Amino acid sequence: MKLSGWGNFPVVDCQLSRPRNEEELANAVMASRAIARGNGRAYGDSALSRTNTIDMRKFNHMLSFDPETGQLVAEAGVLLSDIIAAFLPRGWFPAVTPGTRFVSLGGMVAADVHGKNHHIDGSFGNCVDWLDVMTPDGEIMRCSRAENTELFEWTMGGMGLTGVVLRVALRLRSVETGWIRQTTHVAQNLDDAIDLFEDTLDATYSVAWIDCLSTGETLGRSLVMLGEHATLDELPGTCRANRFPSVTAQKLGVPFNLPGFCLNQYSVRAFNALYYWNGQRGDTTSYVNWNSYFYPLDSIRDWNRIYGRKGFAQFQCVLPLDSARAGLNEMLKEISESGRGSFLAVLKRFGQQDSRFSFPMEGYTLALDFPMSDRSVSLIQKLGQMTAAHGGRIYLAKDSIMDAQSLRATDATRVSEFERIRHNSGAAERFASVQSERLKL
Amino acid sequence: MSIGPVLILGARSDIALATAHSYAELGHPIQLAARKSETLQTAKEDLEIRYQVQVTLHDFDVLDLENQAEFIDALPELPEIAVCAVGVLGDQDSDEQDHLAAVQVMRANYEGPASILALLANRFEQRGSGTLVGISSVAGERGRATNYIYGSAKAGFTAFLSGLRNRLANTGVHVVTVLPGFVDTKMTENLDLPNKLTAQPSEVGEAIVRATRKHKNVIYVKPIWALVMTVIRYIPEPLFKKMRI
Ligand SMILES: Cc1cc2nc3c(=O)[nH]c(=O)nc-3n(C[C@H](O)[C@H](O)[C@H](O)COP(=O)(O)OP(=O)(O)OC[C@H]3O[C@@H](n4cnc5c(N)ncnc54)[C@H](O)[C@@H]3O)c2cc1C
Ligand SMILES: NC(=O)c1ccc[n+]([C@@H]2O[C@H](COP(=O)([O-])OP(=O)(O)OC[C@H]3O[C@@H](n4cnc5c(N)ncnc54)[C@H](OP(=O)(O)O)[C@@H]3O)[C@@H](O)[C@H]2O)c1
Repeated sequence: MKLSGWGNFPVVDCQLSRPRNEEELANAVMASRAIARGNGRAYGDSALSRTNTIDMRKFNHMLSFDPETGQLVAEAGVLLSDIIAAFLPRGWFPAVTPGTRFVSLGGMVAADVHGKNHHIDGSFGNCVDWLDVMTPDGEIMRCSRAENTELFEWTMGGMGLTGVVLRVALRLRSVETGWIRQTTHVAQNLDDAIDLFEDTLDATYSVAWIDCLSTGETLGRSLVMLGEHATLDELPGTCRANRFPSVTAQKLGVPFNLPGFCLNQYSVRAFNALYYWNGQRGDTTSYVNWNSYFYPLDSIRDWNRIYGRKGFAQFQCVLPLDSARAGLNEMLKEISESGRGSFLAVLKRFGQQDSRFSFPMEGYTLALDFPMSDRSVSLIQKLGQMTAAHGGRIYLAKDSIMDAQSLRATDATRVSEFERIRHNSGAAERFASVQSERLKL
Repeated sequence: MSIGPVLILGARSDIALATAHSYAELGHPIQLAARKSETLQTAKEDLEIRYQVQVTLHDFDVLDLENQAEFIDALPELPEIAVCAVGVLGDQDSDEQDHLAAVQVMRANYEGPASILALLANRFEQRGSGTLVGISSVAGERGRATNYIYGSAKAGFTAFLSGLRNRLANTGVHVVTVLPGFVDTKMTENLDLPNKLTAQPSEVGEAIVRATRKHKNVIYVKPIWALVMTVIRYIPEPLFKKMRI
């Protein structure tokens, strides 16, 4: 059947199986080179295999929960949205969450996802105690920082290429309420925004939305949004009455693929201006419910369709601290001159991270969407070269464009080590995605 | 509305489990009854962790008619709601040639389910409250060459449910007939189902909970099926018998 990632590009005809138990999974894994698929939220081709894509969503059971430690053991196909629905009313929230709650635990492990608190809490791997992984021989191996360490470390961020994650033991964070105290700061340009990040490193959550069409003095003008979990005491009465707000039904929806021209420069520009001025005028501190704070896009069902049939690509890089300022200014200039940038430009400060194959490193990460076209592809390639030149990396969970050479231009040492590990464990024979083939991993 | 226990018969089915989730979410304790019920241990824990309700497992074979009364007596409590999801699609082509196999399909879709619901109906009637939910099928609305063995048994089950509803109308016991069109489950795993006409098990579960709350009599899950079946029912027989649908 025809499958794609969240960006609807590329669309690939894939053989898909939906195993229900370990035996069926082992049969699927042993059948031919395979890749696990979670909830399809990676943008590109990470979770696609022409001959053997394994849908893990039938493995969707929660297995145990310890209210003393907040440790949840669950199967890899469980969605983060289900975890929040079950545990937020009891005062628990994911310790690390990406910008959508419709991701599976397996996908979160495979991409070692990061949230707005990376500079404080690190990536998802930091809250994982152990994993059960089906290895290339179809056996299940428990791995953690203490046992089968190598498997644990390479699976975290290994994009499904070391084995199939079956079970995850993760720690949730205890929260008093489902509300976030949000403070919004206006940054006149990119340097301003970076200064703001550096001055607020103790904020639990931080992220900036960038108007990536502004130029000159205001290049990179943005709203920097900081957040803290609100305590019950500080909440205004109306919020306190609704201590753990639940998700209200998704009202908006994009019923069909909109033609690409709806997304022209003008609408993007209008959106950006609105966003910017709103933030500047409005109160700088407000209480926002968890859903609109962490997952603003989740309430627009199928928003990826606004890019039309051709789909879109997301570019996300991270640049190390010392070159971030210069590098990001250069990139934003390139983007704004092209006039092709989306209204979704996000900037985030990463804290330190030392891991085998995960994306984050200490520095700044920039992410934005491009409607798919030849010109977008060459722009993304160019941004990739700039990333390499500044010693940065590209996020595989978002990538659909890079080639083998450009990957190695950004990450040569880790890539060759990854190849060696995959070769030695037999994973190279067993696990491959359209992406890993493109990147010759 | 009280939140008494919900008995799910045929609990290993995807539709049955999705229905269990929908009820558990509202706080109902769940009784899962199925063949080899020990295989539902993970499902039980999952329900308990997610919704903090009590879940019990019970061995149940719908064709073990002699022991049905005993089965009910052994439940921790007479349920407030009972949902029967038991069903067997069979293999039409081979069952046409093997009348005993065909009879098994008929029994599992009609005789067994009707019998257990009849017993429960009497207990509910005596108590003066409760809801019975029977999952039948649109296949019972008109016999077709491609699945009339299954369809005819479902037709019998649908008629049984409607009769039961009629009988119990003034007793405080309600009967819901569920007529799903295509549903994406184990049963239909190998069929190429049209996307627009196919419901997810969770949609069926939610529809069932809504129907019990609102005292609906007959539901189709996806409304389009009401239309489709009206058209199919009105095709004149001389024409219908020549069609392959
Ligand atoms: C709106 C939006 C916002 C996002 N925001 C962020 C963000 O803030 N931070 C961030 O880090 N990411 C973000 N992402 C990316 C997303 O978190 C990752 O792509 C994640 O991997 C998606 O999980 P999934 O279950 O959908 O996996 P899929 O897309 O199905 O698969 C992704 C990868 O995980 C592997 N995989 C999936 N399940 C398993 C398994 N059981 N065993 C082994 N491998 C497996 C696949 O092989 C593939 O390589 C965002 C995505 C969207 C759409
Ligand atoms: N899927 C569809 O498109 C569709 C459409 C319309 C109606 N339906 C009806 O929906 C109901 C649920 O079906 P499903 O789609 O979820 O398929 P399913 O998984 O095949 O469910 C049928 C269930 O019935 C159980 N069962 C069969 N014989 C039994 C017996 N003798 N005793 C006890 N249990 C028995 C099976 O148990 P085991 O697991 O032990 O085999 C199975 O769990 C069925 O009544 C079906 O006819 C389905």
